[in-house]
Amino acid sequence: MALLSVNDRTIDVDAAPDTPLLWVLRDHLGMTGTKYGCGMALCGACTVHIEGTATRSCVLPLSAVAGKRVTTIEGLSADHSHAVQRAWIELDVPQCGYCQSGQIMSAAALLAVKPAPSDAEIDAAMAGNLCRCGTYPRIRKAIHRAAQLLTPGRDS
Amino acid sequence: MPSRDRRPAQRATGGTGGPADAGRREFCGRTARLGGGLLLAMTVPALGGRPGARASTRLAAGAGEPGATAPAQLNAWLKIASDDSITVLVDRSEMGQGVYTALPMLLAEELEVDFTTIRIVSAPVGDAYVNAGNGGQITGTSNSVTDAWERLRTAGAQARTLLIAAAANKWRIPPGRCRARHAHIENDRGQSFSYGQLAQAAAKLPVPKDVTLKPRAEYALIGTSQRRLDTPGKVDGSAQFGLDVQLPGMLYAAIAQCPVLGGQPRSVDSRKAEAMPGVRRVLSVPDGVVVVAEHFWQALKARDALEIVWDEGKNGNLDNASIKVLLDRASANAGLATKQVGDAGAAIKSAAKSFAAVYELPMLAHAAMEPLNCTADVRVDSCDLYVGTQVQQMAQAAAAKAAGLPPERVNVVTMLLGGGFGRRLEVDFIPAAVLASKALGVPVKLVWTREDDMTQDYYRPPAREQVHAALDAHGKLVAWQLHITSPSITARFDPTNKDPFDSVIEYVQNYPYDVPNFGLSYTRREIGINVGYLRSVSHAPNCFAVESSLDELAEAASKDPLAFRLEMLAAKPRHTNVLKLAAERSGWGRARPGRHLGLAFMEGYTSVVAQVAEIAVNEGKLQIHKITCVVDCGQMVNPRIVESQIESGIVFGLSAALWGGITVGAGRVRETNFNTYRLLRANEMPEVDVLLVPGDGTPGGIGELAVGPVAPAICNALYAATGKRVRSLPLSSHGLV
Repeated sequence: MALLSVNDRTIDVDAAPDTPLLWVLRDHLGMTGTKYGCGMALCGACTVHIEGTATRSCVLPLSAVAGKRVTTIEGLSADHSHAVQRAWIELDVPQCGYCQSGQIMSAAALLAVKPAPSDAEIDAAMAGNLCRCGTYPRIRKAIHRAAQLLTPGRDS
Repeated sequence: MPSRDRRPAQRATGGTGGPADAGRREFCGRTARLGGGLLLAMTVPALGGRPGARASTRLAAGAGEPGATAPAQLNAWLKIASDDSITVLVDRSEMGQGVYTALPMLLAEELEVDFTTIRIVSAPVGDAYVNAGNGGQITGTSNSVTDAWERLRTAGAQARTLLIAAAANKWRIPPGRCRARHAHIENDRGQSFSYGQLAQAAAKLPVPKDVTLKPRAEYALIGTSQRRLDTPGKVDGSAQFGLDVQLPGMLYAAIAQCPVLGGQPRSVDSRKAEAMPGVRRVLSVPDGVVVVAEHFWQALKARDALEIVWDEGKNGNLDNASIKVLLDRASANAGLATKQVGDAGAAIKSAAKSFAAVYELPMLAHAAMEPLNCTADVRVDSCDLYVGTQVQQMAQAAAAKAAGLPPERVNVVTMLLGGGFGRRLEVDFIPAAVLASKALGVPVKLVWTREDDMTQDYYRPPAREQVHAALDAHGKLVAWQLHITSPSITARFDPTNKDPFDSVIEYVQNYPYDVPNFGLSYTRREIGINVGYLRSVSHAPNCFAVESSLDELAEAASKDPLAFRLEMLAAKPRHTNVLKLAAERSGWGRARPGRHLGLAFMEGYTSVVAQVAEIAVNEGKLQIHKITCVVDCGQMVNPRIVESQIESGIVFGLSAALWGGITVGAGRVRETNFNTYRLLRANEMPEVDVLLVPGDGTPGGIGELAVGPVAPAICNALYAATGKRVRSLPLSSHGLV
């Protein structure tokens, strides 16, 4: 048994220590918002926050997460109120949507440390998240929009 | 965990029935675990949405709760409940292209309801849901909106007429004194009923045959950029893709398939795998070996511990060089002439200037972000199939065959597709899940790894495209001839098809340029590998041959590539319009210092598209700065979705042009994951400028339209920059990226 802290809840998990966090979240905890795309940290569909840092959960064994704070897409907000989610909805970013949990978690982690990122900073932070539908132009716009929403007095 | 035996008996649905089946299926209440480990009643999963989450719940959640009155079904696509909730059954698969928004918009336009309140469920298998353009319940060929255009507006108008009739009956007044507005029927005395109050009565009335559809000037929704109905569930993790299905008692499965394409297991030693934690069963299926375990990670590890001796079949020596030889040799055959105008051969012999070139296109993988997966729940007399599929009837048939059940006993629940691109037109990944569920007696979710998905694809076939052409003394194109040598997707997909049309000739069969002598022919050459439909199918290879050769011919004629094309499209104002607009917006003829422009045009899916690529070449390396794209797709239903589909097609085309290429060595696909099969990343994304030309009439297709012109536009720009003509893809094989 391992004790996990996911989205501010402490959860007992009965899984082998080498089980990647991705599959613990999805198959043991039923939190399917975090997606499987490549299993090699190449596509970013599985991105979660570990202590606030965007991390690929598909290559992160359960044993490495004990005692650390995990946030998944389900824990980003209870009501789409996170600026990134608001911007994503406003600009209709997702197409098939499969990669978007990972995109959103990467974008949220970026904005947490860089509240007004440049295009180059966005590109660098988002280069690890593939989107086969090609939502990149809208993702970039939406990150700028989210940055605006996060700026006090600039929420409209 | 609820006992399997205590679940309420469910009637198998699907089959041939339309509305009635749909009605039964939606209410097969079932317990499922959704995000956060919550247990809640789930009907047909559509858009996700967490209970209580503001503005997120579009799923018909709660409709299956005990005690709820069944909503009235007014036709195959529409249900209205007594609480005024409106549910649209969407009969095309949502794979990003926006059908869960665009199709309900068509119906809502005539129904006079607030579009944003509509709930979506995926339609079951049913005759009413057949796509007339595709001859089956099929999402493909970019025609979902085109096909639904009359059908769903009519369905909305019929339902509105029924609701008016029901209200008129209650008031005992003629229907002419009633009108529909804001989900209510009002009369001229100021009285009104909500749709929910009328729906049960309306559903009992005969469906009106002749209804009048709104003229274009009265559209309130069509042509407006409404927000997608599926977005909220896609930003909070609650959207339900096939991979997200969770059922009580469900086990997980991984599959081992022969690394050599087409091979099969000869012998399997599963002792080590069977002894591993959580493993419940190892079973052989026709195309591989399946490991079923309590969790997917366990299944995967046990799969990798299987010791399998493979019968590699015929492909053990296949590689790219041998495939090229097959196509090159076969191209010596004249093949089947599919279109002839004038006598291109004679015109080329006698012309002032003749031209010949061979263009070569590689195999491509679909590489949808969601790896293939399927969840089957086989019982004694029925089967529920939860799957992201583009072909509901074929999925049903494949599952029925594997389960040993009649097709009507298989209930297909279409989940959101994490990308389709044509891969989910195939049903190869379905039988193994069904066989595993049948063997174990519990629901089984079979998941392919990325490597399985990449190396066991139905690949876009390689093509060798030979152009012969001729110019007269004035530089006018007098003959253009294309001979394609390629495997046939059409013949593989449907061996019983007697229609001589093969998808390999699409687009060029309707060559848009005015040329007095034209020839198109096709030599089919199979290569022993399964080939399949990939977004834009043969439009992309054929557009590459057409548009590359036209630039080469324009140069031979000492003409500007734009002017050369416009001369041959003079009789087609729609075509010349998009070309001119693309030229204007991109600064054609006025390239900035160090930048170079290349042009490409295509007609397809009853739409037209022109693109200009703006590039630079620095130290032999290509940098793509901008793609300008102008589209005329007729009447747009939701311009914002059209724009996103065009952007999407451009990105798809960029990935293919730059790196797209499946290579084979010793019968094995060498590209196994995104490190070796590269897709465009955010930091590699050029600026994209999309202009949508307003149009009317029936909407044209947009999902695949923008893919084809990308590669020829880039290669034409490369020629402008370097004087070197690239006649094969991807560009990475030329050291340009």
